[in-house]
Amino acid sequence: MSAPAIDAATFNALKETTGAEFVLELVDTFLQEAPAMLEDLRGALAAKDADKFRRIAHTLKSNSNTFGALTLGAMARELELSSASKVSEGDAKPVDALAGEFSRVAAALTALRHA
Amino acid sequence: MRELRSGPGRLLVVDDNKVNRLLLTRNLELQGHSVASAENGRVALELLRREAFDLLLLDMEMPEMDGFQVLEQLAGDRQLRDLPVIVTSSLEGVENVVRCIELGAEDYLSKPVNPGLLKARIGTSLEKKRLRDQQKELMRRFATPEVEQDLQTSGFSLGGKLVHAAVMFSDIRGFTSLAESQPPEETIELLNTYYELMFDAISGHGGIVTLMMGDGLMSVFGAPVPLVDHGESAVRAAQEMVELVDLFNVERTAAGKAPIRIGIGIASGEMVAGYTGTNKRATYTCIGDTVNLAARLETHTKVAQRVILIDEATRSSLSERIAVEPLGPVPLKGKAVAVEIFAVDPGQR
Repeated sequence: MSAPAIDAATFNALKETTGAEFVLELVDTFLQEAPAMLEDLRGALAAKDADKFRRIAHTLKSNSNTFGALTLGAMARELELSSASKVSEGDAKPVDALAGEFSRVAAALTALRHA
Repeated sequence: MRELRSGPGRLLVVDDNKVNRLLLTRNLELQGHSVASAENGRVALELLRREAFDLLLLDMEMPEMDGFQVLEQLAGDRQLRDLPVIVTSSLEGVENVVRCIELGAEDYLSKPVNPGLLKARIGTSLEKKRLRDQQKELMRRFATPEVEQDLQTSGFSLGGKLVHAAVMFSDIRGFTSLAESQPPEETIELLNTYYELMFDAISGHGGIVTLMMGDGLMSVFGAPVPLVDHGESAVRAAQEMVELVDLFNVERTAAGKAPIRIGIGIASGEMVAGYTGTNKRATYTCIGDTVNLAARLETHTKVAQRVILIDEATRSSLSERIAVEPLGPVPLKGKAVAVEIFAVDPGQR
């Protein structure tokens, strides 16, 4: 994937409107909560709970877009929209891919955090 | 001319996701609002029922109780149904947005929320809320709670319907000469105290004051909300009015002022009740023979030298605990045949 994990314009706009210190807090919250959301997403897939799967993907999508993690956001949106078929297929690959992109986002956010 | 922009408000942010909640709260606080937050619909409703808020920012996708359920609950709650709601969500599908609006949401903002758009929408919503509150406050002051409720549930339309009710007219005897003998400020003060006492007695028995003219009051028992025992309620209100005036007179006499005396006429039966006037200025009132009779009875109290006079229909609706004295058929202005009238003993309670 060649697109940057974090869209700089979105991230800077967030910083500008809410304050640098607040963005740090927000990043920390996201980095703390996202791994559990990914776990829940896997759990929902295993339990074939399409509604829960869709809801978690939805939240991941909105959080990702907040920080400018546009690729992660788009992937989460794809899972949200196809939750029923994803859950019935039970294929873990799309979730793995999402988790992989999250690692990239987490690294980028951590770097920005210390910048 | 007042300023149109609305000042800061007290807002409630509902979102199950902490990042969204923190972000929205931050944006709103930066705009000067005071913000509380809740992580799901159930917690939000608890907060809304405990504290007053000007605006609710509601996420749709939430565990335990989602946004749709919150909107449904709000719509069914008399205290909360006017609370403006802005849905902040990233719901997919326009049909979901339509459903939010149909359920009473005022506006829809998709996440991530643009702060500029957020500010504009919130300003508009708060301004609308302020105007609505102002309107309600005016209604409270100029209409009775019953009429206000009636207007809120069935809406405003000119025109009446036939109801069974009791009408009461009351006024202060010799008020004109009293008013001429004292400074106008004192008269206004007297009227205010008098009105307050009379309103208490009337509304305490389920009646509503529909007309105030100088020292005269017209009130209705049994409309717009039906009362099972409208006749007896009116009579009991009259007795309480007389008692309150007696107490008021003790105070006046002690202050070296002349006591006041009142006269009350009550008639029961069918009448047309509804809103009359124009679409610009209207009032809730009752019209019909019963109303005329009540007015005549009130006037007749001077002749009969009794404080409370009632008609046959009202008398026959009374329980035996209220003592009445038949005064026989009396010719009244506007009535072809003499009318049976009765005096109620003001002391019998």
